[in-house]
Amino acid sequence: MSERLDVRKTYKLVINGAFVRSESGRSYEVRNAAGEFWANVAQGSRKDVRDAVKAARSAQATWWKATAYNRGQVLFRLAEMAEARRDELASHVAAAEGVDEARALDVVARGIDRIVWYAGWTDKVAQVLGGANPVAGPFFNFSLPVPSGVVGVLAPQESSFEGFVDTVLAPLAAGNAVVVATSEARPTPGLLLGEMSATSDFPAGVLNVISGLTRELAPALASHEDVDGLDLEGAGADHDELAATAATSIKRVRRAGGGDYAESSTSRLRSFVETSTVWHTIGR
Amino acid sequence: MTDADIGVRLADPARLPSIAGETQLRAVLASLAGVDAVGAEARAAKLATRSIKTGSKRAALDAIISMIDLTTLEGADTPERVASMCDKARRPDPGDASAPSVAAVCVYPDLVAGAKHRLAGSSVSVAAVATAFPSGRASLAVKLLDVADAVAAGADEIDMVIDRGAFLSGRLGQVFDEIVAVKAACGAAHLKVILETGELVTYDNVRRASWLAMLAGADFIKTSTGKVSVAATPPVALVMLEAVRDFAESTGRLVGVKVAGGIRSAKDAIRYLVIVNETAGSTWMRPELFRFGASSLLNDVLMQRLRQTRGVYVRPEEFSAD
Amino acid sequence: MSDRELATSHLGAFDYDPAPESAAVARLRESYGLFIAGEFTDPASHESFASVNPATGADLARVSQASSPDVDRAVAAARHAYDTVWSTTTGAERAKYLFRIARLIQERSRELAVVETLDNGKPIRESRDIDVPLAAAHFFYYAGWADKLDHAGYGANPRPVGVAGQIIPWNFPLLMAAWKLAPALAAGNTCVLKPAETTPLSALVLAEILQQADLPAGVVNIVTGDGATGAALVEHPGVDKIAFTGSTEVGRLIQRRVAGSAKRLTLELGGKGANIVFDDAPIDEMIEGIIDGIFFNQGHVCCAGSRLLVQETIADEVLRRLVRRVEQLRVGDPLDKNTDVGAINSAAQLAKINELVAAGEAEGATRYSSSCELPAAGYWFAPTVFADVSSSHRIAREEIFGPVLSVLTFRTPDEAVAKANDTNYGLACGVWSEKGSRTLWVAERLRAGVIWANTYNRFDPTSPFGGVRESGFGREGGRHGLEAYLDV
Repeated sequence: MSERLDVRKTYKLVINGAFVRSESGRSYEVRNAAGEFWANVAQGSRKDVRDAVKAARSAQATWWKATAYNRGQVLFRLAEMAEARRDELASHVAAAEGVDEARALDVVARGIDRIVWYAGWTDKVAQVLGGANPVAGPFFNFSLPVPSGVVGVLAPQESSFEGFVDTVLAPLAAGNAVVVATSEARPTPGLLLGEMSATSDFPAGVLNVISGLTRELAPALASHEDVDGLDLEGAGADHDELAATAATSIKRVRRAGGGDYAESSTSRLRSFVETSTVWHTIGR
Repeated sequence: MTDADIGVRLADPARLPSIAGETQLRAVLASLAGVDAVGAEARAAKLATRSIKTGSKRAALDAIISMIDLTTLEGADTPERVASMCDKARRPDPGDASAPSVAAVCVYPDLVAGAKHRLAGSSVSVAAVATAFPSGRASLAVKLLDVADAVAAGADEIDMVIDRGAFLSGRLGQVFDEIVAVKAACGAAHLKVILETGELVTYDNVRRASWLAMLAGADFIKTSTGKVSVAATPPVALVMLEAVRDFAESTGRLVGVKVAGGIRSAKDAIRYLVIVNETAGSTWMRPELFRFGASSLLNDVLMQRLRQTRGVYVRPEEFSAD
Repeated sequence: MSDRELATSHLGAFDYDPAPESAAVARLRESYGLFIAGEFTDPASHESFASVNPATGADLARVSQASSPDVDRAVAAARHAYDTVWSTTTGAERAKYLFRIARLIQERSRELAVVETLDNGKPIRESRDIDVPLAAAHFFYYAGWADKLDHAGYGANPRPVGVAGQIIPWNFPLLMAAWKLAPALAAGNTCVLKPAETTPLSALVLAEILQQADLPAGVVNIVTGDGATGAALVEHPGVDKIAFTGSTEVGRLIQRRVAGSAKRLTLELGGKGANIVFDDAPIDEMIEGIIDGIFFNQGHVCCAGSRLLVQETIADEVLRRLVRRVEQLRVGDPLDKNTDVGAINSAAQLAKINELVAAGEAEGATRYSSSCELPAAGYWFAPTVFADVSSSHRIAREEIFGPVLSVLTFRTPDEAVAKANDTNYGLACGVWSEKGSRTLWVAERLRAGVIWANTYNRFDPTSPFGGVRESGFGREGGRHGLEAYLDV
């Protein structure tokens, strides 16, 4: 009996809920940690970023208008989808990060648990970050956290799944829409998660995943004036320059951190949240 | 409970307020209670959970057919298409004489005469959209000519549009006077006043525009032209049905409601019937007081009807497209 | 036809044919054991009792009567699970168990809704659209807290209390089980739950769900029985915390019984909620809100808006519309999807309602009852509104816990507040007005744990619920609901 030939997959970008090749038509070769051919993935362009930001902007209103409970259900559904494809994710993590299968499964498990952690945050952000303010006067005054809007994420270059999950899920859980540039050399775990999001009841455009060269995608995200926040986790050498570019439209910028993607802090969650305060009179 | 009638108690028609001027009109409309959007939408959603089965479903399907204003309002309309629609209006299911005729056909004024001719001897009325439908952007003189033209051609019913711009900018007297003038031009024809609720946006506006139109003499108040993206919705219908119910109680005059735009399935139409039944009451459950402005709805209702008769789902091609 | 002829003819009457949900969906067993240490087991006494369908009087299933030895066993199982498993399970893992339970409730929601309606008598529309989805939502919400307790505002690394004894009422059997279990488990406690004597079945189906979720044995134990079972649980020395929802009368007894111990206690008791209506209220939605406030779940709701306080200027108008609306309510077979008001839960409860309604009539209030036909078998009461009620009447002071509304009037906001607060209870109130400023002014002065504005009887897992004064203490739901189950 002859051995069966694999059916291989083409890795595409996820923009506005659709799987697209790059608008530019380009692709680039991704190699595994051992240096062997792993996949050709779409090489996203500035125009893909533009399309993704446009999709994210219109999706963000829908995402935020949904109840926090509903957003939590959608994120939890993503965890369910990822759990069902744990082995597949692990094989990509193993290839990308050069770890053995068991360790890759651990990484994936932690990433999935992290999705669950954020799924539980959607309806608690307001309770932890918001509250009543006892102003000196006849006013009911309360502050609510609201999302910044469209957040650009430069996913970590090294941590292809766990880091991707943490940087992407945090702004999503707070009600933002996300345009994420994957790790340049290790894009497939993030692309897979993007694929899963399309079967997890996400409104189209809430999560847009673009693979490609960081030096092309990062400036496009940093300079786009309709992007409200920027996570520079995977920015690399151009980190400070990108931060400066982001200043043009007063973006909320989160600088690259220590690479802990499972911390019990709300720091990343708070990065792309605004405070909205309402005063209301009290009187007969 | 066997009768869901909400028991409208009609006041003496003599109590119909005469509106002396814009100030008085404004005062009357301002005295209306507000609509809480959350509550109105919750009520409509709750009524949508009513489960209409077996015999009551059959009765509802026939009632829906009898309440349809079978409508075509396209630039591409032809006399032939309208003639075919008239035949369908008269006898919706050629294979089943027990299917009732629809209430009316609704066309542009230039197609009224042909429709009237085709429907001669039937119970089906001819309604014409007039007053510079759908935008209403013309002088009053042009609008009245439009109406007179349709009436002269034999229209039994006139569907007019209000000037939403005037309403939203607070020129209520102008909107009122236009309706009064159009009503006069209608003569014996029944007047349906289209509020275009999608452009009025708030339920408070829907309630006030409903009262304004009724005070000005509307025989029917109608949700939409079908030409803007937000057409009839269940909560809008709820608010309008509350308005006709309350208007009847305070003035003694019964005004009908027509929901139009986007109602394509029997299931949706039944939900509207439930809202009628439990808001205005069984009095309104008749074509004289409730209508659906629709085109594709009829075929879905006929298919549901046939499904009940045959016990299986049927192909869409079972019924003609026009 | 003239308008008058149209209005008085009934050509168009639209009646709804019966649309019953299938009782077979419930898949009830003939009998149920006690759920202890992950298994259904026989009670020590081998005694059982029937759970009855209040809409027909028919027996639904036999349920075990737990006595002291059974409670001992359940508490021991809970203690063992706490010591050996649950206290060492991480928050993230506890979260996933709770998410599983939430999902399983969603998956078996139709079955649970039918069980609830059969056992309780509430309309299937409510069990399907409210009780069951909210129960799942509570597990979802508290699942999220299990690994975030550090952020709940009670300091770093808050510890659980231990073994919780939880006693729940018959009005929302599954939902109350969820309100009790979800925060307790999220915080790391183990539980012994005692469902109400007349409505134990949905909790027993929940026990099956806990098995399907592979929840470690003993983390949740469910003991069915009567008041004696509850008393055994309250007095058990192995229990660290008692959470009780029920009548103020029983709450008082429980508080007295645990007074000499270190047991923690939360009580969610009765109420006599005031629904305050100002003359600028959105009238149609307000009428619906009043109806929901008192006839939701046949008025078997501790936070029911059982006292309507109407501004005198619109009192006649409101009463007229209210009576008209009451007449429209569809009373009957709880399994019919179009039923608005179902059966009274028990003969005892019906007797109590009858007694208080008789008192209302004797004290001179004007009674309007729906002319609806009531089924011959089972326990039923027609939706009723009392007008001309004064604050001193029994029907204005005592909790009726049935579909009976008492209408009083007021003239000024101050008088409305005074009348609303003229009660020993303090669970919930409603305020209806389009003037936000006055609504907040009134809300500040109302002595009640929950105040609804332009709505009534809204529940959400994120929102704390509970009373002041004789309506009890402690909160369930929201971030605040964790406190009762944390050693903080």
